[in-house]
Amino acid sequence: MKVKMLSRNPDHYVRETKLDLQRVPRNYDPALHPFEVPREYTRALNAVKLERVFAKPFLTSLDGHRDGVNCMAKHPKSLSTVLSGACDGEVRIWNLTKRECIRTLQAHEGFVRGICTDFCGTSFFTVGDDKTVKQWKMDGPEYGEEEEPLHTILGKTVYTGIDHHWKKDIFATCGQQVDIWDEQRTSPICSMTWGLDSISSVKFNPIETNILGSCASDRNIVLYDMRQATPLKKVILDMRTNTLCWNPMEAFIFTAANEDYNLYTFDMRSLDEPVKVHMDHVSAVLDVDYSPTGKEFVSASFDKSIRIFPIDRIHSREVYHTKRMQHVISVKWTSDNKYILCGSDEMNIRLWKANASEKLGVLTSREKAALNYNQKLKEKFKYHPQISRIARHRHLPKTIYSQIKEQRIMKEARQRKEMNRIKHSKPGSIPFVPEKKKHIVAVVK
Amino acid sequence: MKGKVPEKSLLALSQQEEVVDLLKDYPLSASEDEEDNDGERKHRKLLETIGCLDGKNRQRLAERSEASLQVSEFSVSTEGTGEKLELAELLAPVKPSSSLGTVKNQLKKVRKKKTVELPLSKEENERIHREAAYNKTSQDMDKWDPVVLKNRRAAQLVFPLEQEQVLDAPIEEVLGAWKARTPLEQEVFNLLHKNKQPLTDPLLTPVEKASLKAMSLEEAKQRRAELQKARALQSYYEAKARREKKIKSKKFQKVLKKRKAKEVLRQFEELRKVNPTAALEELEKMEKARMEERMSLKHQNSGKWAKSKAIMAKYDLEARKAMQQQLTKNRELTQKLQAPSDSEHDEDAEEDSALIPDVVNEAQMSINGPNPWMQKNRGVNTQASHIQKKPVAREESEPEEEEKAGAEDDALLQEVEERRSLRKGSEVNQGSQKQGHRTKAPRRTEEDEEVLAELRTLSKHINKKANKMRQDGEQHVSPAPAAPKEPSIQREEQSLLDERPERVQTMEDIETLGMEEVSQEQKQLRPGVKRRWQQQPQRQHNLAEQRSPPKMEQEPMIDLHTIITGKTHKANFGLSVPTIVDEEDCDKEVTQKQIIKEAFAGDDVIADFQKEKREAEKASTPKDIDLSLPGWGQWGGPGLVISARKRRRFLIKAPKAAPRKDKHLPNVVISEKRNIQAVAHQVNVLPFPFTHQNQFEETIKMPVGTTWNTPRAFQKLTAPRVVTKPGHIIEPIKEKDVEPSSSHLGPPTLQRKGQQHAHPRRRRLKKAP
Repeated sequence: MKVKMLSRNPDHYVRETKLDLQRVPRNYDPALHPFEVPREYTRALNAVKLERVFAKPFLTSLDGHRDGVNCMAKHPKSLSTVLSGACDGEVRIWNLTKRECIRTLQAHEGFVRGICTDFCGTSFFTVGDDKTVKQWKMDGPEYGEEEEPLHTILGKTVYTGIDHHWKKDIFATCGQQVDIWDEQRTSPICSMTWGLDSISSVKFNPIETNILGSCASDRNIVLYDMRQATPLKKVILDMRTNTLCWNPMEAFIFTAANEDYNLYTFDMRSLDEPVKVHMDHVSAVLDVDYSPTGKEFVSASFDKSIRIFPIDRIHSREVYHTKRMQHVISVKWTSDNKYILCGSDEMNIRLWKANASEKLGVLTSREKAALNYNQKLKEKFKYHPQISRIARHRHLPKTIYSQIKEQRIMKEARQRKEMNRIKHSKPGSIPFVPEKKKHIVAVVK
Repeated sequence: MKGKVPEKSLLALSQQEEVVDLLKDYPLSASEDEEDNDGERKHRKLLETIGCLDGKNRQRLAERSEASLQVSEFSVSTEGTGEKLELAELLAPVKPSSSLGTVKNQLKKVRKKKTVELPLSKEENERIHREAAYNKTSQDMDKWDPVVLKNRRAAQLVFPLEQEQVLDAPIEEVLGAWKARTPLEQEVFNLLHKNKQPLTDPLLTPVEKASLKAMSLEEAKQRRAELQKARALQSYYEAKARREKKIKSKKFQKVLKKRKAKEVLRQFEELRKVNPTAALEELEKMEKARMEERMSLKHQNSGKWAKSKAIMAKYDLEARKAMQQQLTKNRELTQKLQAPSDSEHDEDAEEDSALIPDVVNEAQMSINGPNPWMQKNRGVNTQASHIQKKPVAREESEPEEEEKAGAEDDALLQEVEERRSLRKGSEVNQGSQKQGHRTKAPRRTEEDEEVLAELRTLSKHINKKANKMRQDGEQHVSPAPAAPKEPSIQREEQSLLDERPERVQTMEDIETLGMEEVSQEQKQLRPGVKRRWQQQPQRQHNLAEQRSPPKMEQEPMIDLHTIITGKTHKANFGLSVPTIVDEEDCDKEVTQKQIIKEAFAGDDVIADFQKEKREAEKASTPKDIDLSLPGWGQWGGPGLVISARKRRRFLIKAPKAAPRKDKHLPNVVISEKRNIQAVAHQVNVLPFPFTHQNQFEETIKMPVGTTWNTPRAFQKLTAPRVVTKPGHIIEPIKEKDVEPSSSHLGPPTLQRKGQQHAHPRRRRLKKAP
């Protein structure tokens, strides 16, 4: 008779070296691991609570400016370098890793209206209230050398904004009209106008680099094509648009920061209706910048807060504020998708984490796995009331809170009135206008 | 009017072709002379009309006028008759020809044509430009649609989108920029230069180049084929060796060993012939080692270390290995190099087996031996165990003559193999017996004794069992004519088959056997099933006999009720009796109500409800939990019954349930499933993207964690949506990232390809002449 013995392959339980991890056999029989939903729910609840506990987004404030920070620019090649221009005409270059100012220069008399770097990061341009466009070297002057701009262009009118082409030696300024300049020349290659009004900002499309967008103080947004040297289309909104920003991953999408507290995301192919209206701010939105992944954007507002919106959501996922932060004039999302910079009225530049509860520094693989798991759990149980309640909770300063309340009441009243009007008039006589279309006055061809 | 007048005058020219041209080119122009003419005529007309106003003085005054005014040089005058001249009339007398027809048509068209509009204003012009430009750019943008859609839907996006490629600069460039400065570097450079190590373009030394040139393609192929053949042969020999190694026959191994020894000897002889000094040295070396060993007896297992190892050997794999190694070493060293006589060899083998403490091999038999995974590691061990396995009786019976002749080896091998196959079966059964025999081996250390005693008793036990089994097997086998030379596996199968002789007798079973290949287990199962089936009818019969009287009693009752209540089964329930009574009472007066009642007699709503309520009550009462485990703390086996005491002990009695809310409400069922504590944690509205609650529940049900998922699945399930690399700049998406399938990027790539293709062709052309 042959006796069959139990035998195991040593390869299945013997380590090759003692440095190897012990193989832990597991039995995945679901009968042995009951209550999976309640257990995961508890984990999700813990995860979401911990997320709130660790949500400490503020990293540092860079102080040094002697007036409000009016504009900022990212360095195209270096993550740690940021440029900022103040209302007193001073430009500072900051090192973010050291959290200090590495260079200061008096660029203009009066405001520095706009600042931008060229696409290779060797120089930067500033425009100011003194009707000049100045080009500066990115590296500081050598010992004994005077701090002087590489080029200075004297204009006839005030320039209010500047942006550099993403691939060529071309930049665009705006003021009375949109001018496109070659870096080597002192007169613009072409200037494009449509109506007479001061244009507050101009932005190159980062993907289709020949397309520009501008917004003027007569409440319109105008698109231009550099190749055809003509404006393309104009959309007029309820109120003035302060600035706009193109999505770096979706060529035809841009978002406009408006005075009416809202942000409008447009598809440039159909301007008669915005793709999304983002409404959470309680005061004029002054600046907007996309995350380099193109999934979210950050907006700076006059209500002393910055908010982060997912592009496909009406409401923001995050709001940042501090007691000392005043009206935020400019905001930038760093190109590694990790941090947000905001420059505000009270002369400081603040550095925030883009993801409030993110742990900084190198993570071990186990930490990463745990984070991913927690993230997944939060996503899975996000509809459960307790979890969504905790995840949603944010502290707001009293001013913003009360303003939100007030505006909600006002909005409700408006809606009620409209409903009543519809109710008490002949059916069909008052057309229903969707929220998206309400804010668009006209589209001009 | 302006347009018409010049037409007429020009038509008078009767130069049609020119007319058309002129009309086309200057539709609005008119010669100045004719305008003058026109003015005069108008003036005259005006005068006439004034004259006509006075009715009496209608008479026309003959006026003198120049003929040229009325009769033009073209002999046609529009004056006088006042009739209008038709263009068609003018043309009519002329012969109808094809060319004129076309002219007519053109003239008609000219007449229909309105005046061309003024050039557009600057603003409108710009607007059109803008619109065109906008349409063009927005069409251009459409190429991004698929990319954007893909990225939006992507389960995971990894940024930066294009992974940075490590650009390895060609070595010449790197070297070109670098110069030797320190003396050491210069020295190294000099050395390199001496070797003609190429620094620039060719990258190959002259020697390497030569070698490359030397080997042509065919040669390389040939060489590869050779190598392949060699490899195949090698693997074949390896396989053969492995096969031989696995053969457990002692005799076969002995023959094999002998052959090998002879081979070695032959080689040694050859060496002696060719290089006598070397051979001598080798011989001396071997002899010396042997002598040393004999003197020291270092590798015998009599040392302290060896003894301790012998104890450990049963439990420790490594100790066992060490012992085996030591023994093999010993054997190697003590062996004489001269061709050993057969008797000596046998003795040696016996010695070997004697030297190895039996414990070692026994342990291996019990633990390691049957483990198929460990077999490859132990060449020597198996040999040793073979020696053990060999039955004593057989050893004696083997003729010594067979072993002597070297030429007979092959024949012998075959025979051995045959025998081995025969023996296989018997070995299995006798294995235990042999173990028993072996344990009685005379040479043994004292420490082993205890262990061995244990083993002995155990082996005896096994022996008894084995004998019994064998007897049983024989009993079963005896009716069926089994071939004596068949391997044991078949016999085992047969014995399995024989366990159920009665089944095969029936025709059905034979048929099914023939029809389908039923696995052994199924075959084993079948008899049981059959038996059950056979038994069941009997039981049923018994039961039927027992139960038949009550059944008979029941049936008429049911019949009665059904007849009364309107042929429903539900009427049988006691609760519905009142309704029946009702019907019986009011049987005679057939009212509307009754008709309705009869109509709904089948749906006994009240009874249904009460049944429902009872079920709900039952479900809500907490149940006792029985934690008693059958076989725990007592002997297991079939027919296990848990004692009442144990059951009582391990029964957790459920607490008495709180009184139900609907206890005093006979017509209401209040569900008590709703847990107020849990409500706060439950989703009470179906979230947006889901269309049915089942969908949502499915997503919640599926666990994500490692507790329920394999690591790989866990990784996949928890993969984040967006992955970024810390410290890397994420640049905007580029034109490159648009898939080449889109039409916009088609032309440039095609062009590039064309260029690439063009060059080699040109070269070829150049070469050809």
